[in-house]
Amino acid sequence: MDPVFLSRLQFAAATMFHFLFVPLTLGLSILIAYMETRYAWSGDKNYLRMTKFWGKLFLINFALGVVTGITLEFQFGTNWSRYSEYVGDVFGSLLAIEASAAFFLESTFIGIWIFGWKKISAKAHAVVMWLVALAGNFSAVWILIANGFMQHPVGYDIRNGRAELTDFLAVVTNKHGLLEIVHVVPAALLLGAFFIMGISAYHLLRKQHTEIFLKSFRIGLVVGLVTSLFTAFTGDMHGINVSKTQPAKLAAMESHWETGAQAPIVMFAIPDETQEKNRIEIGSIPGLLSFLGFHDFNAEVIGLKDIPKQDRPPVFPTFIGFRTMVGLGTLFILLMIYGWVRRDKLLESPNFLKIMLWSIPLPYIAMEMGWVVSEVGRQPWIVYNLMRTSDAASPIAGTQVLISLVAFILVYGLLGAVGFYLMAKSVKEGPGAATA
Amino acid sequence: MELQSIWFFLWGLLWAIFFLTDGFDFGIGILYPFAGKTDRDKRVMLNAKGPLWDGNEVWLITAGGVTFAAFPKVYATMFSSLYTPLMLILFALIFRGVAMHFRGKIESPGWKKTWDTLIFIGSFLPALLFGVAFANIFAGIPFDNQGLYHGNTLKLLNPYGLLGGVLFVLLFMLHGANWMTIKATGELQERFAKIAAQTWMVLVPVAVAFLIASFFATRLYDNYIKSQGLFLVIVLAVAALFLTRYFNAKEAWFKAWFASALTIAGCTFFGIFGLFPALFPSSMNPAWNLTAFNASSSPLTLKIMLVVVAIFIPIVIAYQSWAYHLFKDPVSDEDLDMDEAY
Repeated sequence: MDPVFLSRLQFAAATMFHFLFVPLTLGLSILIAYMETRYAWSGDKNYLRMTKFWGKLFLINFALGVVTGITLEFQFGTNWSRYSEYVGDVFGSLLAIEASAAFFLESTFIGIWIFGWKKISAKAHAVVMWLVALAGNFSAVWILIANGFMQHPVGYDIRNGRAELTDFLAVVTNKHGLLEIVHVVPAALLLGAFFIMGISAYHLLRKQHTEIFLKSFRIGLVVGLVTSLFTAFTGDMHGINVSKTQPAKLAAMESHWETGAQAPIVMFAIPDETQEKNRIEIGSIPGLLSFLGFHDFNAEVIGLKDIPKQDRPPVFPTFIGFRTMVGLGTLFILLMIYGWVRRDKLLESPNFLKIMLWSIPLPYIAMEMGWVVSEVGRQPWIVYNLMRTSDAASPIAGTQVLISLVAFILVYGLLGAVGFYLMAKSVKEGPGAATA
Repeated sequence: MELQSIWFFLWGLLWAIFFLTDGFDFGIGILYPFAGKTDRDKRVMLNAKGPLWDGNEVWLITAGGVTFAAFPKVYATMFSSLYTPLMLILFALIFRGVAMHFRGKIESPGWKKTWDTLIFIGSFLPALLFGVAFANIFAGIPFDNQGLYHGNTLKLLNPYGLLGGVLFVLLFMLHGANWMTIKATGELQERFAKIAAQTWMVLVPVAVAFLIASFFATRLYDNYIKSQGLFLVIVLAVAALFLTRYFNAKEAWFKAWFASALTIAGCTFFGIFGLFPALFPSSMNPAWNLTAFNASSSPLTLKIMLVVVAIFIPIVIAYQSWAYHLFKDPVSDEDLDMDEAY
């Protein structure tokens, strides 16, 4: 068995599973911190019940997010040792900073938050939740800066047979990384908002605990409206940057084969990578790709045919992933605008509530697809234009990786099922009485 | 001292802090099925480490991250060579973490029993494997000048490796029992005081055996013979080991725990001082050893990271100390009645 292929599968499985929990941790922590702040400063017991109810779901999710994250930090060494050796001088420090500056803070204060209700004052307890929330998001910032280096390496020189750091500030202020941050962090908040609205809708449809869930829903609505617009806005900025720096990714995102000005966007297509064309194309809009990529209808967009075959990313997942993400993103904006119109008549809008309940998985799908576009679209490079994925794996036996891959799938599948069951159970039980 | 040497000892320090903090979490998990007779006992044990273990575990992440940042070649070779044991440790840690959070979520004996088993495995396996791995590192790992590993996982379970594993398990059991004497009351506290004393009785001959075996199985003592002042660290570790028994008998629980923490730190530094400057010695050829000097990051990275840890590690220690202080009192019924308790 090919250890490179197996290691890729394992990293993809481990990352995508981890990324099911991270966005909710990031988004929900901020929303809970807000609720607890309202309680701590007003004494309104409803906000306490909200904090406790959403906090319970948060903690189940948090536990799975933490344990699945630990394996990732070590997989760079176990499965990608050539990569680690080659870029560790730059990349390793970003992970080390994440751990010492952010993850420590989050993990220490989550313990205080869980067990400290009676040990510290209500206001201090709310501040602790803010620390957890900010530290979690700060963690994400460092991870995305690290990913930004893989997407668009800067601030290094090739010396002593490896990439050595020459400009730390350039690495930290890498435009690619910053654009990922302003896109992914609000998207996580959007996911948190949809999670809250969906579960609130479940109870509102049953007309139970309406006071708590109307309040929760409206918090979600405000945050959802703002973040759905903001995420689309930064996504556009991100797209323009990708157009300039990663032409192969752009071409794969759009399954765009022929180089030319006034490049069109197709609504849907089935890419055929062997024949280098699209088998079916539906709804082609001339010039739109040039406009979206470069804000100029006449701009020339490089097609896949002008990119050497060995440098092309897999087209199908990148193309479908991008379409799914953008389509869902548009839907989120429409849903939020409609929700805003109906904000005072939520209880009289059962259909909207039902849609919001069934929409809970959608931001998850959108975020996973965004990750696919970003990571699959970067292939065949592990560090864009610097190191190929095929050169990056550890010199280890395929069977070893196969065993751990199977273990990952079994263990993660099982934990995912248990986590889902526990969350569903907590949701059905609803909020408890108001005790601090 | 050169930058690389400073980083070598910082690297050792991070592992030492990981072992002396999360060590008692592992120890409690190992003692869990034996010392926790009733469900209440078990819950006292879990809630004794509940507020702290999450933060303790991050010392491992930081030790790993710092290995990556300061010694990328070591990070790459060490973790790919020790692939299987490291994967086993990671899966064990996954189970431990989830089990702590999920055990109390459903009131069913079968549910709890499942997680109880995983809490034990998730604590025992990492304790044993960290010991096995470090003992093997002390003795040298079969890898060549290309970083290619020529050994196999079962060979790690050689007598010296296993002795290291048993030493770690016993050290953590003692440390965990000591923490429980702080956090338990009444009969349960007496039980842990006794367990600590009994574990100590077994630990002493094992520790002595390990010190002697290290002379034959490793080259750790070369450095000690060269600079004999280093023997002080062994003296301190042994002194701390005897002090923990002394404080246990005096019922000075916190001091006993502090002394076992020092013992663990002393044991770690016994190896670190002996290894210097190698972080990952090759048993095939000493010239292929990965050392602080041939496997480090560039001076710029080392400098930047030194500033980072010089700022953040003291801050982390400050707020973690505050957390320890906040949860220094024994676990009470009121604590166990909380919704959020484990």
